[in-house]
Amino acid sequence: MGSRTTTGSTFPPTRLTVLERIRSEEPDERRRAFGPLVEGYWKPIYAYLRIRWRLPPEEARDATQSFLAAAWEKRWLERYDPGRARFRTFLRTCVDRHAMNLGQAAKRLKRGGGAAIVGLDFETAEGEIRERPIQDPVDQDELFRREWIRDLFSRSLEEVRLEHVTTGQAGRFALFERYDLGPEEGLSYADLAAELGITVSQVTGRLAAVRRAFRARALDNLREACGTHDEYRVEAREIFGIEVA
Amino acid sequence: MTALSDASVRRLAEVANLPDLSETRYTLLEEIGRGGMAAVYRARDETLGREVAIKVSSAPGEREDLDARMRTEAAVLAALEHPGIVPVHDAGILPDGRAFYVMKRVRGTLLREVARGAAGLDERLRILERVCETMAFAHARGIVHRDLKPENVMVGGFGEVLVIDWGVARVPGAVDEPGAVLGTPGYMAPEQAAGRSGDATERADVYALGAILSTLVTATEPPADPGVARAALLAERELPRRLRAIGAKALAADPIDRYADAGEMAADLARFRAGNPVAAHPESWLERTGRSVWAYRAAVGLVLAYLVMRIVVAWVTG
Ligand SMILES: Nc1ncnc2c1ncn2[C@@H]1O[C@H](COP(=O)(O)OP(=O)(O)O)[C@@H](O)[C@H]1O
Ligand SMILES: [Mg+2]
Repeated sequence: MGSRTTTGSTFPPTRLTVLERIRSEEPDERRRAFGPLVEGYWKPIYAYLRIRWRLPPEEARDATQSFLAAAWEKRWLERYDPGRARFRTFLRTCVDRHAMNLGQAAKRLKRGGGAAIVGLDFETAEGEIRERPIQDPVDQDELFRREWIRDLFSRSLEEVRLEHVTTGQAGRFALFERYDLGPEEGLSYADLAAELGITVSQVTGRLAAVRRAFRARALDNLREACGTHDEYRVEAREIFGIEVA
Repeated sequence: MTALSDASVRRLAEVANLPDLSETRYTLLEEIGRGGMAAVYRARDETLGREVAIKVSSAPGEREDLDARMRTEAAVLAALEHPGIVPVHDAGILPDGRAFYVMKRVRGTLLREVARGAAGLDERLRILERVCETMAFAHARGIVHRDLKPENVMVGGFGEVLVIDWGVARVPGAVDEPGAVLGTPGYMAPEQAAGRSGDATERADVYALGAILSTLVTATEPPADPGVARAALLAERELPRRLRAIGAKALAADPIDRYADAGEMAADLARFRAGNPVAAHPESWLERTGRSVWAYRAAVGLVLAYLVMRIVVAWVTG
């Protein structure tokens, strides 16, 4: 994953959302719309099943696979009604229902029914969950939201990193990682400027450029994951505190 | 790729939206405030070696009305030179397309904090009178703020009172989008809430000043409905009747029944604070006497003491 290319924030605001495209009768169009949804949600779903449902890794993996396969075959996501909840919340309730009926779903999968989705790296996902302390149980909607944003940001950051590395700007990205994400307390622009032999203004300029790239990526990915354009606006406001068109 | 920690996620959400000041003479320090449409940052003016506040619209060049708002605001601030209005130093467009302006950094608290805090009635009314005086100055120039509320007034460390956030101000000659509702429930005059922001005159600001008065003296949020807001204030029996009358006049549902502008309200507040009769409340003979006795309580006390002494002396020597 992480190799998907988006065209930046050049989409006109009237562009159909993924959820609108997934309703297409054209199988190819529908498949194309389903891809970003899988990419944007499989990891939060897996983490949610591990943490909230306390499924062991194997079972959580199967449950994620069977959920996505069933959602595709039975057109679950097409039933989403924007008037009732956010898409993320709707999806989470579908996952809950699926987990409850898990016994049967698992059997169907064993019979070889349903298409497993290839290319989902569950080993890494599991490693990531182990790496961090599982915190106090929070509200389930909040838990799913937290995992979802974590994944959204992680993917966007990885895209930005690749963008910089492949265009010979790894140093700029490293500066950003160190100043904005690093553990060093009290690191000043002047310290960094002296260390790198550039001016303070260059330091702040480079930081600003990477931050901007990250924001653009994250907004693009966010848009892909929202049910409607209005939902996208609300999420952008809540996550970044900004107004988008 | 590793998954980010909660702290990193929070930090990323924060920094993703920081303005790019790299092509300017300012160095970004930290965010100090945020409203509905903009964020305000503490920054350092490297040329003059001092700290300033920079307000940046919170969308990256995507919403033209936001940028127009910033331009209006900078222009209004520039036009209004007054001790109650924060001075603007600079304005422009950032490399990322967002509009910004630079102003004096106020070291102090929001009126909202004062309302929640321990300040006495007298201090609260002093601040309110300052706000009214500042607004009188703006009204005299045909400028209506349209979003007065405790979040948009700052009280500095030396007791100075500053009206901020002039982004939706009505400027003489400018036209508004019809139907746009600008303002905040509870502080917004009914004619403004009804979507007739174009009708929002000086008297709409007076309504907001009445709502601020009510917040300051009752420590509760003003109800959105003018009738309810007015009744709630009038029911506060432990407050002086003339003060309640001032608030009630400002909170009148019909603009015609309010003070014509902030200057009239400032004058009435000054009268109240000096212990004089107020325009909002015609007094009976008894009230007037009571108020005079209260205003001259020290002198009255002396006279009474003298009389008592005379009586006692007369009785002893009698
Ligand atoms: N000059 C200033 N100095 C210090 N803090 C300020 C200054 N101007 C604004 N702020 C802070 O920023 C917040 C938002 O500013 P404001 O102009 O009200 O923005 P908005 O239009 O988004 O409401 C204020 O409530 C206040 O806390
Ligand atoms: Mg404000």
